[in-house]
Amino acid sequence: MKEILLKTEHITMQFGGVVAVDDLNIEIEKDRITALIGPNGAGKTTAFNVITGGYQPSNGRVTFDDLVIGENYPRSKMKKIYNGTYKTPFEKQVVNTPDKITRLGMARTFQNIRLFKDLTVFENVLIAKHCHIKAGLFRSTFMLNREEEAKMLEDTEALLERVGLLANRDEKSSSLPYGKQRRLEIARALATGPKLLLLDEPAAGMNPKETEELSLFIKEIKESFNLTVFLIEHHMNLVMDISDTIYVLDYGKTIAQGTPAEVQNDPAVIRAYLGVDEA
Amino acid sequence: MLKIKRNHLYSIIVLTLLMVFLYWLNANRLQNGMLVSVLQKGVILALVAVSMNLLNGFTGLFSLGQAGFMSIGAYTTAILLIPVQNLDGVYYMNGVHPAIRAFKMMVASSPEFIQIIFPFIALLLGGLLAAFAAAIVGIAVLRLKSDYLAIATLGLSEIVRAIFSSPQFDQVTNGSYGLNKIPNFPPMLWGAIPSLITPFIVVSICIVFIVFLIKSSYGRAFKAIREDEIAAEAMGINLFKHKSMSFIISSFFSAIAGGLLAMYMRSIEAKTFSITLTYDILLIVVIGGIGSVTGSVLSAFLVTAAKEWWLRFFDQPLLIGSWQVPLFRTGFRMVIFSILLMIVVLIYRRGIMGTNEFSWDRILKRLKFKRSKEGGKK
Amino acid sequence: MSMTTILQHCLTGISLGGAYALIAIGYTLVYGILRLINFAHGDIFMMAGYFMIFALTSFPWPIAILITLVVTTLMGIGIERAAYKPLRSAPRMSIMISAIGVSYLLQNLSTYLFTAIPRGYPEIPFLKKIFQMGELSASFVTILTPILTIILVVILMILVNKTKTGMAMRAVSKDFETAKLMGININRVISVTFAIGSFLAGVGSILYFTDRMSVTPFSGTLPGLKCFVAAVFGGIGNIPGAVVGGFFIGIVETLLVALGYSTFSDAFTFFLLIVMLLVRPTGLFGEKTVEKV
Repeated sequence: MKEILLKTEHITMQFGGVVAVDDLNIEIEKDRITALIGPNGAGKTTAFNVITGGYQPSNGRVTFDDLVIGENYPRSKMKKIYNGTYKTPFEKQVVNTPDKITRLGMARTFQNIRLFKDLTVFENVLIAKHCHIKAGLFRSTFMLNREEEAKMLEDTEALLERVGLLANRDEKSSSLPYGKQRRLEIARALATGPKLLLLDEPAAGMNPKETEELSLFIKEIKESFNLTVFLIEHHMNLVMDISDTIYVLDYGKTIAQGTPAEVQNDPAVIRAYLGVDEA
Repeated sequence: MLKIKRNHLYSIIVLTLLMVFLYWLNANRLQNGMLVSVLQKGVILALVAVSMNLLNGFTGLFSLGQAGFMSIGAYTTAILLIPVQNLDGVYYMNGVHPAIRAFKMMVASSPEFIQIIFPFIALLLGGLLAAFAAAIVGIAVLRLKSDYLAIATLGLSEIVRAIFSSPQFDQVTNGSYGLNKIPNFPPMLWGAIPSLITPFIVVSICIVFIVFLIKSSYGRAFKAIREDEIAAEAMGINLFKHKSMSFIISSFFSAIAGGLLAMYMRSIEAKTFSITLTYDILLIVVIGGIGSVTGSVLSAFLVTAAKEWWLRFFDQPLLIGSWQVPLFRTGFRMVIFSILLMIVVLIYRRGIMGTNEFSWDRILKRLKFKRSKEGGKK
Repeated sequence: MSMTTILQHCLTGISLGGAYALIAIGYTLVYGILRLINFAHGDIFMMAGYFMIFALTSFPWPIAILITLVVTTLMGIGIERAAYKPLRSAPRMSIMISAIGVSYLLQNLSTYLFTAIPRGYPEIPFLKKIFQMGELSASFVTILTPILTIILVVILMILVNKTKTGMAMRAVSKDFETAKLMGININRVISVTFAIGSFLAGVGSILYFTDRMSVTPFSGTLPGLKCFVAAVFGGIGNIPGAVVGGFFIGIVETLLVALGYSTFSDAFTFFLLIVMLLVRPTGLFGEKTVEKV
């Protein structure tokens, strides 16, 4: 039986008159790796931001783990200028801030690495553990939650060991080499204890060897952390290698979906990537 | 482990020496009036600077509302502590609100124990009132970004000042006449700690709390917000909740410092808490290093001593033989001081401590390094 | 309150608002380009007051005005060069602190040079001439201020919209980095911006202090902050917005004072600021910007 972890229904995101994401319907199966690909400016990152709560969609619904985490319909100004393909407005308005969604079990990385630059590798990961803290501010300040604190430190240590960054634990995160910064960002996302991991172009700027290592790394953490992975990527080798399902986006619209083999041979995809041959 | 024990030992020794020094100072306070006054003012400003640093340096919220929250603490403390027999003298123009008088009568007739701890209750009440105010206005202003937050908090502090000096509240705040006859610091522990030392103890407790907070998981979350709000939010940190916490705590301690300042100055008026006061504190934080508690504390003492004591001679005409050195007259001290400040801002941007904190390991390392250098010379 | 009194107050308010508008333009221009609240701007305005006092002791008024404006303009450029230029690549907080530092320095310097005792502002006879219009009476400066403000703003708008320098200024305010890559001399544009801002602050200072009659080292702080609020109110970076904001705040402040709420007139300005920032942070005429993740 197929078990769906994340579902988007008719997600449409319009900025002013520009429809950045148009009628996006994605189903992400549990324990699988799903990829979202498309040329630059196709609306991939926007789709990510809608899913993680950074933007409110203009119309559409996002369901995560059988819970509606985001839903909206064209309101006030948007009502007049709404120009999405899917016209039927949704009914409810459900808003969740990104932090809430993270605590529900969805963690992300960023296209342009966003580490806590001045803090150490260890602190970067440790901070991500804060979101599940039980102790309040006073208990925490007066160190009355020793057990919890000790467990946070221990888990962080273990996680760093797992991803191979323990040797760099006290280095400033901005002083790490590029590949390790990417890895640290993933480790930090893992520290929030996600069910679904969203990776925004994890291989951007990597050479073939690093990309290959990354693809192994993603498969490895997927297994050991029981993750479902959803990624945006440009490196076709990586995508074809690790994905189970691929969605192709162009100008905000979904032009193809299916297994890597299906997508690779889809004429619409070839057209989007190679340009239209008028002749 | 051994290292930690050694460091603890050093700290205990230094603290003991400090206490001995303070008791010595208490015994010889008449000969050392200037020193006492500078140290007391320094320690009070240290608390405001540290609480401002908690916001600006550790949470990355550039707030300029410190003076406003200090004034809430100062006025609350002052109004609660002016002795009942002095009320008519203080509020000679407009009279005092009957409720305040009644409340004071009640306190004056309460058991001795309550009267002894009442000054501390007053301080605490001032702090809580400021924290409450911060919680309310925080809902509005904490949504704003960097410089907008700065100007909005600056505005809030001016609004508070306008309220305190307005004729509509004459019977409570004595309007533009201000409040005086505020009692000095109370002694602690039935006199075991003389009143001269009280501010040092109160401030130390507050700063230790802030340091512990910064070291806790919540403090780390504050730092994450400072580094990158969007990433922090993506890591599950509720921005508004954590910013509010930082803002409320910072305001609470600013108000405690404001209350202490009222006891130190013995008389306050709304003008005391103008924008200039906030700037003064900001400059202490900058000189000490944004993001360093030890830096703020050191800088508070240095700046206070320099301004009120060491640089005094710039303000006096100076004669060398019969030649009068030009430039030396009233106001020159502050010019020199502002120039020094601009040098720190433009050239030594990290301030005294940067984002580092005091640690025995670092000091010992430095000492060893020096010694080995000297050894090398031989 | 009779109609005449209300009109009389409105006239005063418009006059005050004109001076505010001129200062607010300085804030709006600098913020548009450097994203910096130039905390020292109010103190430049205050210093211009002192320059005028001293210039008038030895020169006839037309030359004194000229000297004041030139010196103020140069001071504005000088401050930018000395205190803001070295921090071009530093975080925004540092440059804001530097601005506060300059403000602090100017206040202390003028306290030292001119003492904290208020100095009488000299009267320029033709500015103080009283005109009688029906039951309303107003000095020439009261009438001159709004007119002069409008004229200067029109000139400035032409400068910004029609000249090459103006185009460069607009380009820099839209996108600092790209403008730099396109070969625009950033430092020159910034200097021009500060020059214009300080010049207008100089004009504003003459108009403002002629009505107020005395200058102290701290007389720039509050008007300065109010003018920043005016700039935010109108939409920061937007010149006509700053003018509208300046007039609005000037009029409301005068009316509040007239109604006997003088202690709250300053507080009102900041209240307005906070409400504005919450309800419409882009100001009356500002454009909306979306922050990219």
